[in-house]
Amino acid sequence: MNGARILFECLKKEGVDTIFGYPGGQALPMFDELYKMSDEIKIVLVRHEQGAAHMADGYARSTGRVGVCLATSGPGATNLVTGIATAYMDSIPMIAITGQVPTSLIGNDAFQEADITGITRPVTKHNYIVKDIKDLAQTVKNAFHIATTGRPGPVLIDMPKDVQVNETDFKYPDVPNLRGYKPNYEGHKLQLKKAAELIEKSERPILYAGGGVILSDSSKEIVELAEKLNVPVTTTLMALGCIAPDHPLNLGMLGMHGTRYANYAVQESDLIIAAGARFDDRVTGNVAEFAPHAKIIHIDIDPSSISKIVKVDVPIVGCTKTVLKALTSMVKKQEHKEWIGQVNEWKRDYPLTYIDSDTELKPQYIMEKLSELTKGEAIIATEVGQHQMWAAQFCRISKPRNWLTSGGLGTMGYGFPASIGAQAAYPDKLVICIAGDGSIQMNIQELATAVKYNYPVKVMIMNNGYLGMVRQWQELFWGKRYASSNIEASVDFVKIADAYGARGMLIEKKADVEKAMKEAFAYNGPVLMDFRVAREENVWPMVPTGASLSKMIEGGLA
Amino acid sequence: MQKKTIAVTVENQPGVLARVSGLFAGRGFNIESLAVGETEDETMSRMTIVASGDELVLEQIIKQLNKLIDVIKVVDLHDEPFIARELALVKVNTEGRSKEEIMNVVNIYRAKVLDVAPDAFVVEVTGTDEKIKSFIGIMGEYGIKEMSRTGTIAMTRTKKTQETNRKEK
Repeated sequence: MNGARILFECLKKEGVDTIFGYPGGQALPMFDELYKMSDEIKIVLVRHEQGAAHMADGYARSTGRVGVCLATSGPGATNLVTGIATAYMDSIPMIAITGQVPTSLIGNDAFQEADITGITRPVTKHNYIVKDIKDLAQTVKNAFHIATTGRPGPVLIDMPKDVQVNETDFKYPDVPNLRGYKPNYEGHKLQLKKAAELIEKSERPILYAGGGVILSDSSKEIVELAEKLNVPVTTTLMALGCIAPDHPLNLGMLGMHGTRYANYAVQESDLIIAAGARFDDRVTGNVAEFAPHAKIIHIDIDPSSISKIVKVDVPIVGCTKTVLKALTSMVKKQEHKEWIGQVNEWKRDYPLTYIDSDTELKPQYIMEKLSELTKGEAIIATEVGQHQMWAAQFCRISKPRNWLTSGGLGTMGYGFPASIGAQAAYPDKLVICIAGDGSIQMNIQELATAVKYNYPVKVMIMNNGYLGMVRQWQELFWGKRYASSNIEASVDFVKIADAYGARGMLIEKKADVEKAMKEAFAYNGPVLMDFRVAREENVWPMVPTGASLSKMIEGGLA
Repeated sequence: MQKKTIAVTVENQPGVLARVSGLFAGRGFNIESLAVGETEDETMSRMTIVASGDELVLEQIIKQLNKLIDVIKVVDLHDEPFIARELALVKVNTEGRSKEEIMNVVNIYRAKVLDVAPDAFVVEVTGTDEKIKSFIGIMGEYGIKEMSRTGTIAMTRTKKTQETNRKEK
């Protein structure tokens, strides 16, 4: 069996049914095999390799399974890099496969040669170049094991062309051979005991849930612990969906554009139970002033996430799911009446809101309408910027894995291909991409992919003619000098949709929003919706960079 | 700022050194010295890394090293008594100087002269970082033409010696 075939036989054993890819010279043997195997593995042909990487990522986030992307050597491989880095920052299980020049040419600056293992070393969990076909099956086994266990992440396998065409016997190994890699899933008993003791003593505890809760499918466990202790839950951008939006203990998102009540609760708490979260700078605000009264219990599968930003009192290395379960069984039922009363008071006094308008179309209104029409059941992917924050604040994400957003790397151009990846996994679900007029143009070529395979994603562009988040910062912190952030009337999105064979819609009035959405959702095919929104709307509330979480500003609403 | 000596057992494969050095560069960790060599098991190499930073940074360094897939074992040598040695080759100027005087210093440091030329000696000296520094300091007065240092290699003392030492105390 040749190397290319062995590779895909291994993928089949790992349950892979879809690959997002783009061919090229040094990947030809692999594409040739895929051609022969077309009824076993589906290849989704993209229009740019970056799109393939983000689609694999969207597929992985929405399903919990590994996403696979495939590109040729050199420029094909380097085009994957942003997508790989995006997956790495958000700990998404992904396998990226690249063609490579034959082993005899490596290092010669051959045509379309790039040292892709060198280039991706800091943005992959691990990577491989297969130099001998005899190592291939074991390498793939290891790669999948690494990508999916412990703290998940992308793994790249570089496939020189001679390895793709050489022949050997195929046997898929049962186990990985990785003596240096043994992630720890069970929390240390003594640490668990310490944590339970802290929880018993605490009067104002708060649960702080991060992306790890979604990745380890421990949403149920978070809610169970929260309910047993009767403590509020705040989620990071990555953990939206782990607790129902209308759950009385849900405080929504914390941090820079979080809710006031979540941030106040964190600042006033005497105990933070962090689960699968990493105290990102967008979450903590000024670290020195972060939660000054709180002791911290930190549950994470990755020891290096613990005590990286803030010093932790009780570190628990282990799988969020296992540890939360154990903790829940160890603690007594509690009430925290006074504390919950205080939190509810903040909720009442500082609600998340905006000033609606009859003359201008407000993006927040669109988000609310979207949630109302979809009942929070749609899969929502976002690009990066103001629209992403409005979506996080005002869209109701009612289930884990229904929210796909680039949190760590903040990649513009992520959302649209990610929504296609999710749609490929769930052909019958409503998949929506919320975008800005800036972001959507970063991978708009994937409209061709959506049309070709009839992935009926609905792209809702919050078109304000600005790179809105950049403009907001310039307004607030750079003397309203809108340097390179005005992109007004750069493109006619309806015509673009038309040119690609998708449906385009222009929505300018509030009164048309609901009707347009209903029409778009009922349409069997991709739709590009151009919402002309209030140009200089800002995302509020906001913690300015370097400020404490308790010092939120709120421009138009103050 | 503290210093830490760390022994890292890694897969003996191409690219592993790049993963380790890339980690230090990418995360802005300070590396004082790094020495690599084969071990008693030819499938493994051993790196001795001397790193510096505050307590949190040094903790991160160990955790991040542990995260690398090709890293088999990370030992913070400071957890137990350990021996650290370094070797340096020093080409020292002898022109217009008393060779005998230089030889005296070389003998005091139990160093070895490896090569003699009319105007210079090449001296090999081994020992702790402090000893090497002190030797270099003195040689500097004669004039060092060229120098090459290995970086520290280290290992823990055997359990038996540790016990004897404790008893002696």
